[in-house]
Amino acid sequence: MDFSKLTLAAALRGLKKKDFTPGEILAHFVSRIEADQKRPDSLNAVIGLHPETARAKMASVRPDSLLAGLPVLVKDNMNVEGLPVTCGSKILEGYVSPYTGGALERLVENGGLIYGRTNMDEFAMGSSNETSSYGPARNPVNRDYIPGGSSGGAAAAVAGDLALAALGSDTGGSIRQPAACCGVVGLKPTYGRVSRYGLVAFGSSLDQIGPIAKTVEDTAILLKAIAGHDKRDSTSSDRAVPDYVQSLQAPASAFLKGKKIGLPKEYFTKDLSQEIQKRLDTVIDFYKKQGAEMIPVSLPTSEYGIGCYYIIATAEASANLARFDGIRYGRRSKSAKDLKEVYFKSRSEGFGLEVKRRILLGTYVLSSGYYDAYYLKAMKVRRVIKNDFDAVLKQVDFILTPMMPDPVFKIGEKSADPIKMYLSDIYTVSLNLAGVPGISVPCGKDSKGMPIGFQLVAGHFEEEKLLQAAHAYDKEVNAHG
Amino acid sequence: MASKDWDVVIGLEVHAQLNTRTKLFSHAETSFGAEANTHTTPLCQGHPGTLPVLNKEALHKAIQAGLALSCQINEVSRFDRKNYFYPDLPKAYQITQYQHPICSKGSLSISIKDPKAGEYEKTVGITRIHIEEDAGKLMHGGSAGIAESYVDLNRAGTPLIEIVSEPEIYSPLEAVAYLQKIRAVLLYVGVSDCNMEEGSLRCDANISLKPKGSTTLGNRTEIKNMNTFKGLQAALEYEIKRQAEVLEEGGKIVTETLLFDAAERKTRSMRSKEEAHDYRYFPEPDLPPVRVTKKEVADILATLPELPDAKKNRFVKDFGLSVYDADVLVADKPLASYYEKAVAAYPAEPKKICNWITTEVAAILNEKQISIAEFSVKAEAMASLVQLIAEGTISGKIAKDVFPEMVASGKMPEQIVNEKGLKVVQDDGLIRSICEKIVAGNPDSVAKYKSGNKNIFGFFVGGVMKETKGQANPKLVNEILTKLLG
Repeated sequence: MDFSKLTLAAALRGLKKKDFTPGEILAHFVSRIEADQKRPDSLNAVIGLHPETARAKMASVRPDSLLAGLPVLVKDNMNVEGLPVTCGSKILEGYVSPYTGGALERLVENGGLIYGRTNMDEFAMGSSNETSSYGPARNPVNRDYIPGGSSGGAAAAVAGDLALAALGSDTGGSIRQPAACCGVVGLKPTYGRVSRYGLVAFGSSLDQIGPIAKTVEDTAILLKAIAGHDKRDSTSSDRAVPDYVQSLQAPASAFLKGKKIGLPKEYFTKDLSQEIQKRLDTVIDFYKKQGAEMIPVSLPTSEYGIGCYYIIATAEASANLARFDGIRYGRRSKSAKDLKEVYFKSRSEGFGLEVKRRILLGTYVLSSGYYDAYYLKAMKVRRVIKNDFDAVLKQVDFILTPMMPDPVFKIGEKSADPIKMYLSDIYTVSLNLAGVPGISVPCGKDSKGMPIGFQLVAGHFEEEKLLQAAHAYDKEVNAHG
Repeated sequence: MASKDWDVVIGLEVHAQLNTRTKLFSHAETSFGAEANTHTTPLCQGHPGTLPVLNKEALHKAIQAGLALSCQINEVSRFDRKNYFYPDLPKAYQITQYQHPICSKGSLSISIKDPKAGEYEKTVGITRIHIEEDAGKLMHGGSAGIAESYVDLNRAGTPLIEIVSEPEIYSPLEAVAYLQKIRAVLLYVGVSDCNMEEGSLRCDANISLKPKGSTTLGNRTEIKNMNTFKGLQAALEYEIKRQAEVLEEGGKIVTETLLFDAAERKTRSMRSKEEAHDYRYFPEPDLPPVRVTKKEVADILATLPELPDAKKNRFVKDFGLSVYDADVLVADKPLASYYEKAVAAYPAEPKKICNWITTEVAAILNEKQISIAEFSVKAEAMASLVQLIAEGTISGKIAKDVFPEMVASGKMPEQIVNEKGLKVVQDDGLIRSICEKIVAGNPDSVAKYKSGNKNIFGFFVGGVMKETKGQANPKLVNEILTKLLG
């Protein structure tokens, strides 16, 4: 049976009907990964393959559980007890996690089986999966191209049929953007919807774990499997989790009729690639045909999103990554002769260039004499950005935007220019700043055959209606579900 | 001490460990002296992906301490990250409260007994109290020429409150009185063990001098590592002298951190780069703001026990004690309880009971280095002793022999008096006859007395006492002899 042709939803139906077993699905994807790893142009999507971890839990899976033994890959910045967690970095070489995080505990309780850890930009800092110390991951659509980042491995694995389901993390677009690059679906939940306990922190006020899968329906199932309150995460919400899967049953056109979709003028400027604009136009047409009303809106502080994000995220990261000091765990430089050398050498040897760059930036914006002008200012701007979203989302049900300003690029094309790399996050970062949920849905290809995605945004904790709106397009146009 | 041209300005920062069952942000149990790294969770060790969760008991105790120190409890407070690298700091940042502490604007009244300035009371303002987590401990060792250091994270994450005083302390004695009072208040409320030797109570001082009467504060130095009350006093006295010398020679005081050297009894400069710290404080994103309602604060206020000052005032009012004596009793809550138990057993002589406790009992506690809880004499026994004296059953002198016996045996005084036949002889006739005998038997002394040597009266008293083995009622003896001798 070629499980690669299935969606997650179809595989679940098959599992429940006992057409096949979890063991068979697992074996299939393990051998696909092993085969891919042998290729010289391997996708390099998986850092660690752990079929034994999945098999060990297989017997205790309840067949009536949500995921019924479905194998899931997780990005390598999520703690699973007994497994390594590298965050794509040398500094955590050899580190084995002493505990399992909240979202993954929920995933397993719901019948998911973790069988591997995916490649990522080091400490989730990147938009192309080129900063990983395990080598770049590749885009399965064309292996010369980046799969996006920082959850590049996860998106590549799903798109490359190495997995039916993966969990990534999104701090400034790291689920949505790679999903768009690889032609799959990626959802960033509302901040606080999914537990961060066990997720190695990058930007504590921005990070969220979210699903990457082939269809919107698949991501709805995965979100249901991981969402919910965790008292070990003081920022996690205790709001009830709706049945995201059930609500997809509602007929799409009835749902979309009369819904208002905002098109922020700041997102559709001449800086947006024409090819991408063309694909977005078809998406707009679709929703119009379904009876939705397109409303021009404005998010006036959009131009400050990148600056604001790169100040806050790096500031938080500079503190979050300070614990990697060679003292208690992880890599300690072998040539360190005293305390100072333990610190300087372990961190110099262990961290890559982009991570160092961001730690320096974050340290700078928090330092005495600069705090007010940078960090404090950015926090105030953040509040205004959030207010912009709140105001617009009072006028409209959803906001529709492109995912990236430019088409997917080749490996190595932008890696020498970090600023250019940062600017490509322009459509994604504001959602993390505002805390609102966003989903990336494939909507065609560019002239080079590389995928293009669009982004749909809703208000805080409105994943249910967001998924319904995205599913309407995905089901109809992408013939998914 | 300082030349009389200088005003001394001192501010104290006191850290007290809260005696909660678990740590401030993790469910690891707090401990002291346990085997290294046995009271930690991955959070305490700073493992990636772990997150802090606020211990409500710690918040509760911090508010209790704030209320006991007359602070305003802030309805909204926040946590911040204080960033620096040191092996005893597992996350390389401490979670503390920098911008918005839980308590502000408190005060503490203290009594000072200064040989120069006399006895007086004053109020010291408390700027703020905030909650923060403690760091771990380092131990240094190694062998064969290789220095090694070891990190024990048992203590890392233990909840602390930091109490910051206004710079309103003006002498080392005031500083000691303030620290002693803080300790007493925290012990009364029961939020900390306040054990300076174990480190559950620590004190840093900021001190500067200014020309007498000037309103401009001088440069201050910060002194750390004072682990006893005497150490605090010695450190401040030394630093005052040092700063005065520098200033009098026309020099400038460098704002720096000094360590108190307990062996040499002086302050030393740390002279290390650690002083140039920029902590890059920013709000802790993993914790929401702490919100406390007025009702919650009122409920916590209702849980406070009677505080030292209230108890002191009550002792002065109800028992007629001097402020100083009341202060001594109240300084140690168990001692104050002991006193009250004794007075309850024999309410007629509260002042006398106080006297016995603050002199004889205190001497024994000090000599044996024990606390009142370990004292072999029960409060009721002390009360009995005072009662026996007051009712004339034994003399004060005899009592001073009975007391050590009580301490040694733990027996009630009545039992000891009966066993040893120490009761005061009350028999008028017997005493009169003995007095007459002594007077009759010493005509020379009588003559001396009658010719103006009044001091020789004691000779007659001594003679009677000897005959009665010290058990004659002294008052009666005096009366009779006075009459006999004219």
